[in-house]
Amino acid sequence: MPFGNTHNKLKMSYSSEQEYPDLSKHNNHMAKVLTPEMYANLREKETPSGFTLDDLIQTGVDNPGHPFIMTVGCVAGDEETYEVFKELLDPVIEDRHGGYKPSDKHKTDLNPENLQGGDDLDPNYVLSSRVRTGRSIRGFCLPPHCSRGERRAIENLSIESLDVLDGDLKGKYYALKNMTDDEQQQLIDDHFLFDKPVSPLLLASGMARDWPDGRGIWHNDNKTFLVWVNEEDHLRVISMQKGGNMKEVFNRFCTGLTTIENLFKERGHEFMWNEHLGYVLTCPSNLGTGLRAGVHVKLPNLSKQDKFGDILKRLRLQKRGTGGVDTAAVGGVFDISNADRLGFSEVELVQMVVDGVNLLVDMEKRLEAGESIDDLMPEQK
Amino acid sequence: MASSFTRILSSKRHLGILSFVGGSVTAGFLLHREHVSAGVPVRRRYPASAEYPDLRKHNNCMASSLTPALYAKLCDKATPNGYTLDEAIQTGVDNPGHPFIKTVGMVAGDEESYEVFADLLNPIIKERHNGYDPLTMKHPTDLDSSKLQSGQFDERYVLSSRVRTGRSIRGLSLPPACTRAERREVERVVVDALAGLKDDLAGRYYSLTQMTEEEQQQLIDDHFLFDKPVSPLLTCAGMARDWPDARGIWHNNNKTFLIWINEEDHTRVISMEKGGNMKRVFERFCKGLKEVERLIQERGWEFMWNENLGYILTCPSNLGTGLRAGVHVKLPLLSKDARFSKILANLRLQKRGTGGVDTAAVGGVFDISNLDRLGQSEVQLVQTVVDGVNYLIECEKRLERGQDIKVPAPLKLFK
Repeated sequence: MPFGNTHNKLKMSYSSEQEYPDLSKHNNHMAKVLTPEMYANLREKETPSGFTLDDLIQTGVDNPGHPFIMTVGCVAGDEETYEVFKELLDPVIEDRHGGYKPSDKHKTDLNPENLQGGDDLDPNYVLSSRVRTGRSIRGFCLPPHCSRGERRAIENLSIESLDVLDGDLKGKYYALKNMTDDEQQQLIDDHFLFDKPVSPLLLASGMARDWPDGRGIWHNDNKTFLVWVNEEDHLRVISMQKGGNMKEVFNRFCTGLTTIENLFKERGHEFMWNEHLGYVLTCPSNLGTGLRAGVHVKLPNLSKQDKFGDILKRLRLQKRGTGGVDTAAVGGVFDISNADRLGFSEVELVQMVVDGVNLLVDMEKRLEAGESIDDLMPEQK
Repeated sequence: MASSFTRILSSKRHLGILSFVGGSVTAGFLLHREHVSAGVPVRRRYPASAEYPDLRKHNNCMASSLTPALYAKLCDKATPNGYTLDEAIQTGVDNPGHPFIKTVGMVAGDEESYEVFADLLNPIIKERHNGYDPLTMKHPTDLDSSKLQSGQFDERYVLSSRVRTGRSIRGLSLPPACTRAERREVERVVVDALAGLKDDLAGRYYSLTQMTEEEQQQLIDDHFLFDKPVSPLLTCAGMARDWPDARGIWHNNNKTFLIWINEEDHTRVISMEKGGNMKRVFERFCKGLKEVERLIQERGWEFMWNENLGYILTCPSNLGTGLRAGVHVKLPLLSKDARFSKILANLRLQKRGTGGVDTAAVGGVFDISNLDRLGQSEVQLVQTVVDGVNYLIECEKRLERGQDIKVPAPLKLFK
């Protein structure tokens, strides 16, 4: 899988030039890096589970470019993808992750004590705080490539482990295909329910196959800790709450993740991780920490400034609409989060968001008062 | 660049019965399609029962025919090209049901799919094509347009007339499974052949990747331009991969004969014109198809065809003739009559909106076409449309005059 050209033996009776995709109108990381020579070198390879070069790049061939953000244009089908196709993926990773080299080592730090401040982002501006990451279960194929049997096995393993959580993390699993109408409505009202992907970036990679089989949502009774099973990654782990107490969100995030990891280990499974790439996920953009810490914040004045984009860039932050990636901002409320994933630890990234958002809110207040923000301009981090 | 394909030089319509030689993979191409091997079995981590799709909420032909036992039997097989059952049924797993029509839920990745997965495809074909049994029945092909009787409609009602079919190039994988090189080869073979068409059929090719803005606008204005498929029925089967690479439109200078390349099939061939002269539309259709076939045969290629399934296309619903002959016709009164659906069904006709499949009717104007594809010839099906549409127009006129109408007796299938 995912599509019928995967094991097409006829492919090899054509030359590499005849098969090479037309990337002349494309603007994504894969298209920037792939060359006919590289294609020729890699097209005969496959990972032990049978993931091929064409599988890897299909989403980038089908989606020439994105208006808001430079997309990656390739996905992994299993952990070994990052080794077998390193000739393509190393330069993609380097380009996407600020010059991260094949010899670099990634630091993991999930100790929330190391975060300074972050408990008092101004709730008059910061409407909600959220930290998410992903985890993959070693030994299983990733969503673009997994079979139904594998996907269900991942779901079962996840449910088994999550059911053990207690205290503040105690909760319940809702399988997408067994959900009652009431449960579904409640999850929609809580803004928890994830829908079948509609983004062509995801669909073209085969991640939505067999929907909604093997997909579901687990959340704690307090509705502050949430796990998505088998959406874009095996697991997406989310800690969130209204208001500006990012410290509390991050505490719960770290505690929850560490607990879940131990529960999986007790059952003989570990997460995909290595000291070069950190946590291994489906999209190369999510390697390292896989972490996106963000807030929904009101910045109606600041967002109209010409310098807004530049300020965010210097703070190593990124803006999105409040519907998430691929959406536009509504009513001056932006989703502001860290731009980086790899090469910085979890603590470092959340610190950047805390410090950066505090500065953005200060700037917004100045602009409201009709004052200048020139003296507040940050250095490039 | 020379193609590394061995051209198939078999004589017109000569085909052995396809049979299996277990276990080994055939390399390259065969001059006579007498022996087709199933591909190397696919490695599987989980037993078939753990992989079986959840079809409890599904309503398509594949879901009606697939069972755990049948899945277990077929799930480790592959065609010589490597196309698997999971790939073939993916569209039916991903699309539980369609509001207007019971969908097929399965596609073919290549000609051999119809053999390797026959145990599933045959019951689907039977259900979809009114009980047609590929194991015992033969499909009649007849492209002699002189046999069509009448075929000039009342143009106060019929706005346009159209006949379409599809053709696949033997030896190349179908859109769900083809690689970029194969798709480009289809384009090359067909465009090369079309360049040989003359007189009222002479025309030119517009590649989707190289079209200028003016050309694109003109094709849109002519209602010729096809867009990247958005229907999940098609995208889930992988047919839209690499869009718009090797896709294009060829049409004659008169804009009455049109060929789509590499959309849902290798080729879709369309004859159309405004007004009600279905006879002329069908004449051009037959003449054009035969010319194209002759031109590709000169170059050593042929269409996928066999005597049980007729012309082989991507979707099992288009086997046989692959033919949809239809009109855009004004039936504002009849369409509001409670008996409309029954009348259509008995006449073996189908209604669609004027945007084609998956659309609704606008302003009382309907797309009316033949329901059936397999088991009757092209001439028979177009005659059915001619007779049926004439009947519908009669009904509309009667209702206009305040007269009552009758539901006709159901037509016999498999004449």
